[in-house]
Amino acid sequence: MTRVIRYIFNDILRTRFILFYTGFLLLSTFALFQLDSDFGKIVLSLLNIVLMVVPLVSVVFTTIHFFSSYEFIELMLAQPINRKVIFLSEYLAVASSLCMAYLIGVGIPFIMFSAGQNVISLLVIGVFLTLVFVSLAFLSSVLTRDKSKAIGIALLFWFYFSLIYDGFVLWIIYTFSDYPLEKVTLTLIAFNPVDLARIIMLLQLDISALMGYTGAFYKNFFGSNMGVLFSSSILFLWAIIPIYIALRIFHKKDL
Amino acid sequence: MILINELCKKFGKLTVLDQVNLNLSAGKSYALVGPNGSGKTTLIKSVLGTVRPSSGLIQFNGKDIANEWKYREQIGYMPQIGRYPENMRIGELIDMMKNIRKEVKTVDEELIDDFKLYKIYDKRMHTLSGGTRQKVSASLAFLFHAPVLILDEPTAGLDPVSVEILKEKILHERRVGKLIIITSHILSDLDELSTEMVYIFEGKVQYNNSIEALKEETHETRLNKAVTTLIKQKELLNSITEHL
Amino acid sequence: MKKAQLFFLITIVLSALNSQGKTIRVGSAESVSQIKQAIAMAQSGDTILVRAGIYREGNIILQKAIVLMGEGYPVLDGENEYETLTVHTKNAVIKGLKFINTGTGSIEDKAAIKILDSENLHILNNQFENTFFGIYLANSSHIWIENNELTSEAEAEHQIGNGIHLWKCHHITINENKIKGHRDGIYFEFVTNSLITNNYSEGNMRYGLHFMFSHNDEYRDNTFINNGAGVAVMYTKGVKMINNHFIHNWGSSSYGLLLKDISDSFVTGNEFVENSVGIHLEGGSRIQFRENEFTKNGYAFKLQASCDDNVIERNNFQQNTFDLVTNGSLVLNKIESNYWDRYEGYDLNRDQVGDVPYRPISMYGMIVERMPTAVLLWRSFLVFLLDRAEKAIPVITPENLKDNLPSMKAYDFNK
Repeated sequence: MTRVIRYIFNDILRTRFILFYTGFLLLSTFALFQLDSDFGKIVLSLLNIVLMVVPLVSVVFTTIHFFSSYEFIELMLAQPINRKVIFLSEYLAVASSLCMAYLIGVGIPFIMFSAGQNVISLLVIGVFLTLVFVSLAFLSSVLTRDKSKAIGIALLFWFYFSLIYDGFVLWIIYTFSDYPLEKVTLTLIAFNPVDLARIIMLLQLDISALMGYTGAFYKNFFGSNMGVLFSSSILFLWAIIPIYIALRIFHKKDL
Repeated sequence: MILINELCKKFGKLTVLDQVNLNLSAGKSYALVGPNGSGKTTLIKSVLGTVRPSSGLIQFNGKDIANEWKYREQIGYMPQIGRYPENMRIGELIDMMKNIRKEVKTVDEELIDDFKLYKIYDKRMHTLSGGTRQKVSASLAFLFHAPVLILDEPTAGLDPVSVEILKEKILHERRVGKLIIITSHILSDLDELSTEMVYIFEGKVQYNNSIEALKEETHETRLNKAVTTLIKQKELLNSITEHL
Repeated sequence: MKKAQLFFLITIVLSALNSQGKTIRVGSAESVSQIKQAIAMAQSGDTILVRAGIYREGNIILQKAIVLMGEGYPVLDGENEYETLTVHTKNAVIKGLKFINTGTGSIEDKAAIKILDSENLHILNNQFENTFFGIYLANSSHIWIENNELTSEAEAEHQIGNGIHLWKCHHITINENKIKGHRDGIYFEFVTNSLITNNYSEGNMRYGLHFMFSHNDEYRDNTFINNGAGVAVMYTKGVKMINNHFIHNWGSSSYGLLLKDISDSFVTGNEFVENSVGIHLEGGSRIQFRENEFTKNGYAFKLQASCDDNVIERNNFQQNTFDLVTNGSLVLNKIESNYWDRYEGYDLNRDQVGDVPYRPISMYGMIVERMPTAVLLWRSFLVFLLDRAEKAIPVITPENLKDNLPSMKAYDFNK
């Protein structure tokens, strides 16, 4: 299995898409360093990129890769290996190559300009988001045989989690603004990996936003060891569950 | 060696394979013939396990293949379209395949030698022509001395010299007693390579006998003529049953 | 000017007194062992020099024009029961003493030093530990309170009084004091024409500085840091707040500076860093906010609709979550020539002034003010879009509220 992963991984690393992605991240990070001298501000601007671009690139690249590897996967299925092994190899290869592109693209400029603790969280968050959205994209890829439909579903996941879901949360907050909503919103946030990642970063970077009673509530929650454990395990579940469902479907799927 | 019993496969409402019964035995070479969309590829994929049957049974050496993968060690498969990870080198691909079947100690690199692939081991897949990719696919199928060979349109896209090399190889493998399943539109090729004829139409096995028998039945000497006659007979029969 | 004159006068007076008076030494090794005894012996112009040691004499009352001076910080212990020193006199100096453990109580305001109906006093270089009220002034004038250090460790607001508490006073100078852990660090009610400079007020339960009805006072170079509710000033006119630091006043109802019903005042050259709200202005008129630094605050400036004719000019707004919020649609204040780090306009003629106006009000800031839970969506894509849309076509934010001459660069006020 490891050699299969390694070869697929090496193959993906050479695709133009991944090179572009790495280059794009490198360029934007360097550009931010040129434009601004304040470290916190750079990390915050990068956070926006991470929250938008990382999930988008992850879903698009993963679905395209899955369908362009379709025949290869088919050939692999004719070999004496377990289906699960092939599928997980694909997942791990795609996820690790995207993570690597991200770590290089964002990490290297920070190492060059000497990084702080916030950056480590930013890197960890980005890796988590990559894992989650690669996982979701694999799910959408096995849900349909049609490439464009699969990309559509994957983009819908992305659009839903980066925009529609927040609109829904805002609507709830607005409608029930007379009630204490701290715990409700906390639960709602857990159902969106992008929000979860964003809140974790806000607690480290933009503490001034978390003012008032509500801010203190979230700060106490996410700042505690329990909160860190909670948020990271929820993110972990977000990566595990879709790929598990996808694996189940793939196991029974006709190729 | 491969026993197919009452195999059905449906994609939604569409029935692709309808109660297929076949007994494929070692030492024979089967030509799998039928028009486009008749279910040939689905049948092959069912045997390979990439398509899950709706009902019915496939046994390999007396063992049900459902949810099994180990039996595929016995199969060498050459797909119709060989598409590989674009940036993988030929050498890497062959190395990876060898790694999957580690237990095979001595590999059969005859085709690699004959196709002179070792010269281009460093080339990446996306730089290869369709024909070269076919050569790679063929080499991979024969690499592990598998007792069963499934070849999907093996000669399509190959240059005449390579076609002859491949044919020689297939004939050689047949002679050493392997079970060979070939689909092809080039019936003259099948005439040389196959001993048995399986004709599939609309998901059903319409004919299953030796090519010799077919030729006798249709009073033809060449397989392509024989098959055309067979098809005409079937069509005539169908239109009569429809009118009744 | 006035201060200098006064100081000069007092120095002359004191030196004159000193030269005339005798010195009474108090200590276990001296003939006089009690401060009370020494005060009883003293006459105007005398100096009482208290040697190091612990003095437990209950409530000492000073009603003479003398110098009460400690050597090596003698301790006046109130034994958690007494007010240590009560002063009712003119022309006296209290210097170099250490006051500890005054009595507490909600009926009587027990203080380490209580000054009633007095004039011309100097309270210098004293230390206060675990006192209920530190220095308490009522009905007094021309008092200098300098270089004192007040520290208390109360757990709740009702267990503790104010650090420096003034009621109905005028012409007071409070300079270079350190106040920690009291209810209000400095408390003024009906105090006029006074000068508050170079003080450091940290970690007080309620306000670092709190004043009401205290007109024509000037606050310079003070630091208010980490106080429960920051600084609150109310019902006052003619205040000058210059070069003060309002830092990290953080909490659900905490303000860097809360201004309520203030008029004809100056807030200039101050620094507001990491406060929940930098400035909250309610019912303010004719106040000049100039050359202040607002950095890393939740809300830099909350401008309520009840304010008019205020000027917000040449300030730096940097890294605040929200720069400005308001609760009405009427704009009666002038906001101009500030530096806003969110400004994205251009400057074609390179005069360092942006060519398009800046709208400092964030729609999302207004939403969060109404529904604090919504802060959870801060920095999400949705909020980004909402703010962009609102900037393009203002719907809920007042359209005229804008800075027409935004600066392209942050001002450097140190020059």
